Amino acid sequence: MFELSFDKRKCLACRTCDCLTKCQYIDLDRDKARLEWQKIIKGEDSFVLEDCVTCYACEEYCPSGNHPFYLIVERQEEKGILPSPRPIITMWINQCEPVGRFVVGMVQEKALSFCFLPVFNLLVRGKLFEDIAWSSIFGQEFFCNAVYLHYAKMSVIKDRLPRIVENIEKQGIKELICLHDECYGTFTSLAPAYGIEVPFKPIHYYEYLYDKLKEYKDEIRPLNVKVAYQRNCSARLVPETEHFVDDILGLIGADRVEREYDRENALCCAELIRMAKGYALADDVQKRNIDDMVKVGAKYCVFNCPACWDSLAEKVAKRGIKPIHMIEICKLAIGEKPALEV
Amino acid sequence: MSDLYEALVKIVGEDYVSNQKEERYFYGRDPGLMSPHEPDYVVMPKTTEEIQEIVRLANKEKTPVVPKGAGLALTGLVIPQKGGIVLDMKRMERILEVNEKARYVIVEGGTTHGVLKSYLQKHYPTLRHSIPDSPPIATVVANAMIHGQGRLTQQRGFNSDMVSGLEVVLPTGEICRIGSCSVSSYWFSKGAPLPDLTGLFLGWFGTTGIITKLALKLYPCKKIRDVMLFLTDRAELVPDIVLKLAHSEMMEDIVISAQPIPLRFKGNFYILVFITGDSGEEIEFKRKMAWDALWEYFESRDGGFVSITPDMKAPMMAMPSKDTTRFADVRKGGGFEYSGPIAPIETYPDFVRKLEELASNYNLSYASAARVIDGGHCMMFSFSYTFNRADPDEMDRAKKALDEAAEFSLEHGGVIWKPNIDEQKMMMARMDPNTLNLMGKIKELLDPNGIMNPGNWETK
Repeated sequence: MFELSFDKRKCLACRTCDCLTKCQYIDLDRDKARLEWQKIIKGEDSFVLEDCVTCYACEEYCPSGNHPFYLIVERQEEKGILPSPRPIITMWINQCEPVGRFVVGMVQEKALSFCFLPVFNLLVRGKLFEDIAWSSIFGQEFFCNAVYLHYAKMSVIKDRLPRIVENIEKQGIKELICLHDECYGTFTSLAPAYGIEVPFKPIHYYEYLYDKLKEYKDEIRPLNVKVAYQRNCSARLVPETEHFVDDILGLIGADRVEREYDRENALCCAELIRMAKGYALADDVQKRNIDDMVKVGAKYCVFNCPACWDSLAEKVAKRGIKPIHMIEICKLAIGEKPALEV
Repeated sequence: MSDLYEALVKIVGEDYVSNQKEERYFYGRDPGLMSPHEPDYVVMPKTTEEIQEIVRLANKEKTPVVPKGAGLALTGLVIPQKGGIVLDMKRMERILEVNEKARYVIVEGGTTHGVLKSYLQKHYPTLRHSIPDSPPIATVVANAMIHGQGRLTQQRGFNSDMVSGLEVVLPTGEICRIGSCSVSSYWFSKGAPLPDLTGLFLGWFGTTGIITKLALKLYPCKKIRDVMLFLTDRAELVPDIVLKLAHSEMMEDIVISAQPIPLRFKGNFYILVFITGDSGEEIEFKRKMAWDALWEYFESRDGGFVSITPDMKAPMMAMPSKDTTRFADVRKGGGFEYSGPIAPIETYPDFVRKLEELASNYNLSYASAARVIDGGHCMMFSFSYTFNRADPDEMDRAKKALDEAAEFSLEHGGVIWKPNIDEQKMMMARMDPNTLNLMGKIKELLDPNGIMNPGNWETK
């Protein structure tokens, strides 16, 4: 079985315990954080395991790359802690189970991963994808399974991920453009943390978009709008891709307004929080987030993750902010019409 | 051509009578498992007076008459067991009146739910009726006559409870008005303060008369409609979960699904909770009421509301639901039937265990949808099995499973909804003898020649 690459000595040497002190959902000072973290390392009970909202952020906060969130998920599972109600976890495990149904386009060595999100079929249209839209994979057989981090089911990931990687490899794919952070994070963070070999090159779709936009540089009409960026949970697994947000938005003349809940201090879309902790906390998180977008005068809310879109798009629209996916705002800048509407 | 054929032509015109093989074949069966039996004639009347003449003719000739809506009951209720005339009501499809202030609509005997839905949406967007989850060609009258259920059943009871007046052609040919319309020009009440005579016609499957007009109560159509999905994996919790939701008196409709495919359904009970409101605030309030009602299950982790993505929500919100149609073809070959007992909600865990046991014993694909009726007084629980019509063995296994389900339902306090003739016999065998005798007397009084849909509710 695959074991987590976790070095407890790094934590012993850590002076800040950022993984817990920076948490936006659990209030801990440094001493208390260190105490609770040591309990978690030793496999003892800690209220942190119960109260964790599974926002993934501690993966980013840890200055040593020591995978604190993956350890939390391991410990939750060991102790039988259910971050969400049991039937919801069962539903997720069942609905994404590989069943031998391969949904593939005319796959080439370079391909797009639609993950298990049919909405990408709508988004991947137009000039930016004209050379590659038909080379795609979709469905359970290629589903990265990172979602089980939310449900304390690392065992499911460890069981399914090697098969998923194998399925992708069997398609002859050498470079996989991941349209969802969750996939990219799985292949570049989660898999290496467990020693699972990834025999293809994962490419974040932001990198792809950035390169494509440069090809169409002459067609870009600067948007000259203020945008609020909705950072998603799985972006925490791959903070090294964060600069692409600024790069892309800069290229299309969109101003990513500085606001309280962006970048490292981003708030998650809170739909997982709703299922895990109830509506009061979820409503509070969403309200603070959207209030913040309104306060800075954002015209658009730019989404990276389709799940965040499902959770927040209608709500931001009701507050007078146009929701738009990152792919769509790029299309807009080169004169194409967005496909998704609220 | 026979004298009877010529006589029918004289009443409705040549274009609307047939004794040809293809029509007789089609009208001799329904999509369920009951054996076919062909009629001698198929007639499509246009008016109440034509029906009156047909019934008088049938009495004279001692020929059976079987009124038919869309024929979607699946339990063979409009299969002419003893031949005779099938009266296809679909030409009587008009919406005669909407009283916006007294909130009712009067429709003809063949008007469909689909037409009524569209009409109300276009002309009276603040009013709605209880739409059943059958295809839109289901008729309002036939659905009421079998005590159908619909999207307002949790709040308002059976669709037949929403009837507010009838016009009936009695088996002896008289035209009779039932309810307030018998003394007033308004069709606002099916009985009170008069004796409620609708009970002589609703639930009798056309054995006591032919409903040619029906008034149906309409209800507020709120601007916003939404759905919540609560999951639990413990069948024994379902009754209390449902009753807690119903207690809030905030939920439009509550439906519980149990099925092993698609995989997302496996291992859980899906409780769909529909809410409506005229503002976002009203919806939000009701959403929180639902959450609060079920908080204990959330805390114990035995259940929870799952966030619904747009692709999941669209089929849930569809009225009527298309899920049944999809399920009907799971085995390919388009066969589907269910036994649907009406039973107390507390029997849910026993019924669902039996559903799975029968599917396993008879090697069948199964599903169940249970709809809460009238604030939780009871539910309709469907034992649904799908089969390939080209596979006689599978059809036979499905029939056996459904027969066992019916027996089980009766043994456990249920009453079979829209029972086929075998199930009618099962129920009459258990029925209080005086009740059975009363039913017999009513039939004999209203239909002395026994011409109306013979084979059904045969008390002797």
